[in-house]
Amino acid sequence: MSRRARLMFFAVAAAALAVTLGVGLAGLPSFGSQVSAYARMLNEVSGRQRHVTDVVSAITFDYRGIDTLFEEFILLGAVTGISVLLRPLSDETRQLPEDKAPDRGIPPPSPAVWLLAVFLSSLLVLTGLETVTHGTLTPGGGFQGGVILASALYVVYLGTNYRTVERYQPDALLESSDGVGAFGYVFIGLLGLMAGDVFLTNVVGLGVTGNPISGGIIPLLNLTVGLEVAGGFAILASEFLDQTAVIRTKTGPR
Amino acid sequence: MSVLAYGVVAWLFLVGIYGVVTSRNLIHLVVCVSVAQSATDVLLLEIGYRNGGHAPVFVDLPAHPGPAVDAVMQALALTDVVVGAAVTALLMALAVQVHKRAGTLDPDELRATRE
Repeated sequence: MSRRARLMFFAVAAAALAVTLGVGLAGLPSFGSQVSAYARMLNEVSGRQRHVTDVVSAITFDYRGIDTLFEEFILLGAVTGISVLLRPLSDETRQLPEDKAPDRGIPPPSPAVWLLAVFLSSLLVLTGLETVTHGTLTPGGGFQGGVILASALYVVYLGTNYRTVERYQPDALLESSDGVGAFGYVFIGLLGLMAGDVFLTNVVGLGVTGNPISGGIIPLLNLTVGLEVAGGFAILASEFLDQTAVIRTKTGPR
Repeated sequence: MSVLAYGVVAWLFLVGIYGVVTSRNLIHLVVCVSVAQSATDVLLLEIGYRNGGHAPVFVDLPAHPGPAVDAVMQALALTDVVVGAAVTALLMALAVQVHKRAGTLDPDELRATRE
């Protein structure tokens, strides 16, 4: 199909889609006028039922906890898929730039960059842990905190060279944190079954509203999700960095 | 106000799809997919919005005036963001491998190499 034919085809399809979308969106209640009865009820009762102050966390990890289980496995599946796609292929080898030219080392980053990286990465780890552990109280939780934790590793990479990162990067730890996080969620769900109730029942003591340890299984699920997301995003970064920094074709550049 | 709010959703989605159709670079195409996908985020948050509403967080701070917005839609938007990130990362990995195998990122040239 030529570009012109494709654009014509798109114009027809887009016009039809725009009309359909317009009709559908026009049928929605006017913007800002009301929220659903379901949401009003959850805003009302979740504080009393689950002893949490952040209703979004209560919905994500308790009322709709099974959705989050699948979401977590979508993420695990994506990370696994990327690890498989970006593995060294049969005609490729892992080789650092210094291996080809040992006499020309990569200059280390300037002390200012290094200092900034040390400062920033420790700040990111702290913020990440705070976000993961306070998911039941304030906006945040495992997904958001996990991404912040993983970005601490990116900053470490910026502040040093890739050889150091390659040597000290705990690959096995990252991979197991990804898996342990994902299956920890299932395990916490099974606690409900062991207690003789349904899957993902909130069986742990609910604690005092407003304390960091409150909400029963919600902070525990936040921790497992935080582990999984942090591990997963760190693996993603290292897979993509490997492609540019380490993986070479065996017969030289194509 | 309604027209503007929901019009943005339709426009974002269509402009993302237009980018996918006319793209000459796979990386650009992946970005266009995430633009189209972000229309759903905007729509979810708009459905959940309420005039004068505050965030559905009830910490023991000075009392929030007025009603809270829809927390269910915010939770769904969170799911959407995570799935969007997973899809983008997977497509980027595919683009990397396509570039290695075919030596190009232009979808049109890809078809030419296959024939």
